Amino acid sequence: MFSKLLLLIGITMMYSTPLVFGALGGVVSERSGVVNIGIEGMMTMGAFTGASVSYFTGNPWLGFLAAGVAGGLVALLHAIASVTFNADQTISGIAINLIGPGFALFFCRLLFKDATMTPPVATLPRLFGEDAFAGTPAANLNVDVTVVLGLIATVFIWFILYKTKWGLRIRSVGEHPAASDTLGINVGRTRYSCVLASGVLSGFGGASMTLAIISQFNPTAISGQGFIALAAVIFGKWTPYGAYGACLLFGLAQALTVVLGGSDSGVSIPSQILAMLPYFLTIVVLILFVGRSVAPKADGLPYEKGER
Amino acid sequence: MEVSTEYAVQMHGITKLFGSFCALDHVDLDVKKGSIHAVLGENGAGKSTLMNILYGLYQADSGEIYINGKKAEIKNPNTAIGHGIGMVHQHFMLVDNFTVTQNIILGNEVTGKFGIIDTKKAREEIIGIVKKYGLEVDPDAKIEDISVGMQQRVEILKALYRGADLLILDEPTAVLTPQEIEELIEIMRSLISGGKTIIIITHKLKEIKASSDVCTIIRRGHSIDTVPVADVDEEQLATMMVGHAVKLVVEKAPAKPGDVIFEIENLTVKNERGLEAVRNLSLKIRRGEILGIAGIDGNGQKELVEAITCLTRAQSGTIKINGVEIQNTTPRNVIDHKVSTIHEDRQRRGLVLPFTVAENAVIEKYRTPEFTRRGMIDRSRMTGFARRLIEDYDIRPAGCESQPVRGLSGGNQQKVIIAREISNEPELLIAVQPTRGLDVGAVEYVHKMLVRERDAGRAVLLISLELDEIMNVADTIGVIYAGSIVASFPQGKVDENTIGLLMAGGRLNETGSEST
Repeated sequence: MFSKLLLLIGITMMYSTPLVFGALGGVVSERSGVVNIGIEGMMTMGAFTGASVSYFTGNPWLGFLAAGVAGGLVALLHAIASVTFNADQTISGIAINLIGPGFALFFCRLLFKDATMTPPVATLPRLFGEDAFAGTPAANLNVDVTVVLGLIATVFIWFILYKTKWGLRIRSVGEHPAASDTLGINVGRTRYSCVLASGVLSGFGGASMTLAIISQFNPTAISGQGFIALAAVIFGKWTPYGAYGACLLFGLAQALTVVLGGSDSGVSIPSQILAMLPYFLTIVVLILFVGRSVAPKADGLPYEKGER
Repeated sequence: MEVSTEYAVQMHGITKLFGSFCALDHVDLDVKKGSIHAVLGENGAGKSTLMNILYGLYQADSGEIYINGKKAEIKNPNTAIGHGIGMVHQHFMLVDNFTVTQNIILGNEVTGKFGIIDTKKAREEIIGIVKKYGLEVDPDAKIEDISVGMQQRVEILKALYRGADLLILDEPTAVLTPQEIEELIEIMRSLISGGKTIIIITHKLKEIKASSDVCTIIRRGHSIDTVPVADVDEEQLATMMVGHAVKLVVEKAPAKPGDVIFEIENLTVKNERGLEAVRNLSLKIRRGEILGIAGIDGNGQKELVEAITCLTRAQSGTIKINGVEIQNTTPRNVIDHKVSTIHEDRQRRGLVLPFTVAENAVIEKYRTPEFTRRGMIDRSRMTGFARRLIEDYDIRPAGCESQPVRGLSGGNQQKVIIAREISNEPELLIAVQPTRGLDVGAVEYVHKMLVRERDAGRAVLLISLELDEIMNVADTIGVIYAGSIVASFPQGKVDENTIGLLMAGGRLNETGSEST
């Protein structure tokens, strides 16, 4: 039983990590006033880029960094559309969700002899080394190093947003861009950096799926995690810690499907029902919390000078 | 005028074009150091444009600016701040969920290592300025929790924190209560004695008389004159501003009230927070009578109007028009019973801004056979109707029926609403703050229309925060306090002080003298 519990915790951490990176990306972007529903697409690009760079170089760390760059590049499209050209941010985000998987699959077929998935790739190490505590229940807690990176990123983003002048400026731009503008803060530049950071974080999120959890890229590697992360942003009231907590909850839902779905669990719930759990939970959370938690005031609104 | 270091700011020959429209035509403004200088003009006269040029938000097409006798190029707000110019915008530029301190330091943060904000040091600096000028604020309060008057002080602090020597106040009194206005004038005085210079943009004559040393009048982009305020009276200022003589006092014949046609009995209404905002309120209005309700904002005026118009539920009590109870029905039913309302917020409640003037004009009656045939709107009839209103009510620009109402000036937007509501031929006309944000000419117009409707035998309910307006226009003056009408007087039988006292919750004793 104890071992089961540790297993559940371990898997929760494992599955929540991609969500954590994605949700942090959402928090950063939306705090500056740009809605980013393109997290899913950015994560998919990150997932593919991470896996294939790791495959060709044999270095998963290079893959992880490349995933960040790829996510950032996709985010650049979003920033150009929604900040420079004041496009509708939802539409731009949808476009990115279509482009991300499209690109990933296209390059996958190009690079891997027409296959829609990569071969198994070198993965990131575990926290205490590959074989630490092997055979003991504690092995369940020897989580992927990305879990720790996710936690560090959460603290770091919180620190930036709430303790530094840059954070104050980012939040002011998301709440009242005209006020920021009259005080000499460059609204466009601030939003660009936040959207790019959001892409980089989402890219990391994708890579922590393919470089730690499933060790290859396939078309279902990212299947809805970006949207679940988006729900976590709202559930977490647009704060890094809140989003982190929300991601743990969604991770737990996913872990339950694994643990309860195991043949030795003694519970006979059809696996199809179990697999619905994370998505079902997302809908429930959104119904309960959308509208009740308060988004940054200027979230989703393009800023045009001279408008009040 | 000669360039000299005696002047904090000199703007000479400022011209600004917006496309082919000349907003400013060789305007001059010379502001002496240590003075309060008013810039007076109607809405759209160009006074805000002039100040936006001084603050670097716009660039002048020609003309020169001198700061302390030296020529200055002001390219953006940052260079303006660098020259010691600070601006308090009419619409406050404050982040609601930030604290006072955060709002003040934003963009100029006091930081330690790694960009970490040193809140303690920032707080001390702010408290220093607060004490020096007597600007009472709580540095740790959130903006959304403090009064409008205090928010304005935060805006002033923002400018002072950035080292401003010259403060531009854009319509600073538009949103303040009479008491807050007095406080503001006191703050302005203490800033002057602290060595600052102030430019105040306004169209309110009374406040210029109360606060300023010198006044520059701008009309349609031209500087008309600069006069010492002590040498002119309000009428003269108004004449210079509008270009022709205006009557500041409303002219009207004595009321000839008929039967009571509108009656509220023991009305109680809860506000959004579930508190009783209107308590046991009763009132009556006769045909041909204007009942004016004076009161400080937040004493139930909003809830009273919402209950009458069925935008909110009445907890108890009755509202009767011509003997028919209308409480807790629907807004449409209220309109059908010939109650017309000029709502307080014309941009949010009164108009659909992106819709055309014609669409807004028929928005209450589009479904009548006059405008709708077999479910289709008869657009030519709609436009024809709008054209008639535009002509009858002198809505400008002429021929604007197909333009979005958003593009009209505030005064003309109000005219669209008034035209629409009066064209319903109401039994009861409700006007809530009908002259808010309008200039002298438009105010005169609105008052004239209210009196005209009264003379046509309608009942008029006027609710206003401007005591002058109530005193001038109403035939019967009621005072609302804490959700009840605490007293009412016929016009001319009561003075402003008594009303002011009742508005603040004071009571009259039997001898007629006041006590709190």
